[in-house]
Amino acid sequence: MAALTQRAGEDNPLAPRSKRLGEKVILAVLFACGAVSVVTTVAIVLVLANETIPFFRDVSWQRFVFDTEWQPFGSDLDVVRLGIWPLITGTMHVTVIGLLVAVPIGLAAATYLSEYATPKVRGTLKPTLELLAGIPTVVLGFFALTTVTPFFRNVLGFEGIDFFNSFSGGLVVGVMLIPTVASVSEDAMTAVPNALREAGYGLGASKSRVALRVVFPAALSGIVAAIILAMSRAVGETMIVALAVGSRPTITLNPFVQNQTMTGYIAQSVGGEAARGSFQYEALFAVGSTLFLMTLALNLIAAAVVRRYRQEY
Amino acid sequence: MTLSDEHANEVNGMQQSTTTDPGLAAPPATATAPDDPTVVTEPVFELQDVNVYYGDFLAVRDVGLRIPSNEITALIGPSGCGKSTLLRTLNRMHDLTHGARVEGEVRYHGHNIYGPNVDPVEVRRRIGMVFQKPNPFPKSIYDNVTFGAKIIGYKGDLDELVERSLRGAALWDEVKDKLHESGLSLSGGQQQRLCIARAIATEPDVILMDEPCSALDPIATLRIEELMRDLRKDYSIVIVTHNMQQAARVSDRTAFLSLDVKEDGVRTGIVVEYDTTDKIFTDASDERTEAYITGRFG
Amino acid sequence: MATTTTAPTTDRATFEQPKHRARRELRIRLGLQAATLVGVVVLAVLLVRVLAVGLEFLDWGFLTSLPSRIDPSQAGVSPGLTGTLSLMLIVAIGSFPLGIGAALYLEEFAPKNRLTNLIETNIANLAGVPSVVYGLLGAGLFVGILDLGRSLLAGGLTLILLILPVIIVTSREAIKAVPNALREGGLGLGATRWQTTYKLLLPQALPGMITGAILGLSRAIGEAAPILVVGATSARFRNSSPLDLLEQFSALPINIYNYTFDPDPTFQAIAASAIIVLLGALLLMNGIAIYFRNRASKGVR
Repeated sequence: MAALTQRAGEDNPLAPRSKRLGEKVILAVLFACGAVSVVTTVAIVLVLANETIPFFRDVSWQRFVFDTEWQPFGSDLDVVRLGIWPLITGTMHVTVIGLLVAVPIGLAAATYLSEYATPKVRGTLKPTLELLAGIPTVVLGFFALTTVTPFFRNVLGFEGIDFFNSFSGGLVVGVMLIPTVASVSEDAMTAVPNALREAGYGLGASKSRVALRVVFPAALSGIVAAIILAMSRAVGETMIVALAVGSRPTITLNPFVQNQTMTGYIAQSVGGEAARGSFQYEALFAVGSTLFLMTLALNLIAAAVVRRYRQEY
Repeated sequence: MTLSDEHANEVNGMQQSTTTDPGLAAPPATATAPDDPTVVTEPVFELQDVNVYYGDFLAVRDVGLRIPSNEITALIGPSGCGKSTLLRTLNRMHDLTHGARVEGEVRYHGHNIYGPNVDPVEVRRRIGMVFQKPNPFPKSIYDNVTFGAKIIGYKGDLDELVERSLRGAALWDEVKDKLHESGLSLSGGQQQRLCIARAIATEPDVILMDEPCSALDPIATLRIEELMRDLRKDYSIVIVTHNMQQAARVSDRTAFLSLDVKEDGVRTGIVVEYDTTDKIFTDASDERTEAYITGRFG
Repeated sequence: MATTTTAPTTDRATFEQPKHRARRELRIRLGLQAATLVGVVVLAVLLVRVLAVGLEFLDWGFLTSLPSRIDPSQAGVSPGLTGTLSLMLIVAIGSFPLGIGAALYLEEFAPKNRLTNLIETNIANLAGVPSVVYGLLGAGLFVGILDLGRSLLAGGLTLILLILPVIIVTSREAIKAVPNALREGGLGLGATRWQTTYKLLLPQALPGMITGAILGLSRAIGEAAPILVVGATSARFRNSSPLDLLEQFSALPINIYNYTFDPDPTFQAIAASAIIVLLGALLLMNGIAIYFRNRASKGVR
């Protein structure tokens, strides 16, 4: 009989030898690590609500939604302007311009990498795009403010561009988003099985035709998800816009004037007069809640698009 | 978590396998010479009404077997009929497959291993397993062999344990000068013998082998078969093999499994016949066994 | 000669692609190539600009001296640099065990039930939350409710939560890459789940996990928004050490932010110098990560 494992005269030799308490403790610790994520989400919601709810006790939601200016400075709650739309306008400018830059370029890059490039070329270009993705946004903000805007103003001589404006911010946000759009779309496109491409080539279609008419539609859910994801990141981007867009939120269609985004407002207002308990402090969280809900909605939509429309091969 | 899902492939691929070698119905006369008669005394395993489910799918049904100690028992049959599934019920490996469920009783020396208050870890420390593809740990040969013993808290002489186990697996002479090299540096056959050494190092009672030679060349295969015959003295061995000549060569008893197909097309694995190897290969009772042995199907 | 409105077909005798189509294909190809290079070009322009402007101020003194309160052009990023390093130490110590633990739990121990689903959904959602919202979380929870003040600890905790999803995802990938045969071998010998995980799986997955962890850190090092909201400041004139947990702190990204805003072009040059330091640190970290990634791919055969 096995000397190492058997115990003599035992009624049930297969019973657990020890309570294995150590294992149970370890399991509990590991579970706690996993649970941190749930706790974090709950904490975000609670912390945001903690200041947003008092805010809306003093400020009516109509005022928040319909007032046309955002001027929260001052001490008299009845006098300050607390309309969210100017901030949303700034965010929208940056997002739209950013997508106008990132989506065509990102999709083109994805198409090139997935359909045209040799493995060697891919091996050099993909890491370079990843490099771009790794640049801290504060550095990109520096670039936007000190290089891009002066380029348009001084080198190209456009006089209608303010020193701070949403256009430069949008451009650089777009550049920041190129790797995101490119890599998610490229994943979607390379996932399309070769058999489909070969069917296209077999019918005499050229490379660009196959890419556009065969691969694109097949990868569409992934591509749409990439775009929505990029939108969400544009909305949430802070440092580029805090540096380049400005601090004067305005409802306007002109992207060349100064403006302010929701994220820029939050970043620029901390450390200022927003003492805890003041309505400016609460306003920070109200804007933060709006931001959180917008990006959450976009992320959920992106996930739903992938789930519902993904072609199963 | 989805540890043994790969073995569910055996279930999912419920199709007739390609025949290995037709013919060779009669085993060589010297291959098996069981010392005991057809009656099994002192079984190491007693299975009763065993059903195995993967989710809602019944993979193997109504198994009742008495497996003797210190003998080699082979499970043969066409691929996909549940041989590996059945083997894995003997050491509770199905615990690790999500959705797998075992009904019935599997008694090991009288104790139902699926009973309450049974620790599967204790079960596996007594019932070892060798897998189809040799899987030595990415550690030294020495550390491979001592792994199981250290897990249990063995306090004795590890060097002696390593030599004893490697000798028992007929590997000692080949590796005694390179015990601290990686186990992965060995050839396929040597790796499998290392896995056997690793398994016997904890002095289990039983060794289960799931197609242990299917990834090896014929020469390595024969060495392992020799080894099995030696191991029989100290261990009970249950082996799954799709190579029926191998079963004929090494085993004392053989169980033939096949697929039972109902009118609605549902396929379930069953034990068609279980007897001494001699009887199975020379004078099978069931015509399905006969058909498989003579290569008419499978 | 009959003329039709459709494009001329391929010359059947020679299989030559008609010239116009060849030209169009070439134009398309060049256009796509150009688009792919846009990002590269912008990156290059950025780097050239930063180097051109910032190298002037960059010397050892810059790295080690404190900024002068009197003469702004006597700048030094020592408070920012030490602040960033201290932060990174805290973030590493906090996020690696948490992230690796969560990854182990989800891959090896968690049952397939609704609670596990909830955890996984949460991790995916948290990855998409804007970093400035993490800042608000830090401000409300760590600075406010837990009353840690605008401190290094509060900043560190905030960044830990920010990069946790990244660490979890990359660690899970590393664990998934370990072949099942290893687990079966261990469990088949009678090892418990944890013994198998700890003695067999973890050593194999570790290089990949470290790569992921370093990548997570490289994200954290460049983050300004969260610590800005928590209260990182440029008005710190002393060095930080990891032990100054409850003190105010500075960090390189914050310095960059504040210096950039200043209309004085000298300060913009200083910002560029600080950027060079930050990018240098990033380069170093990525180099280490690549080293570990190569070790990981030489791992299990």
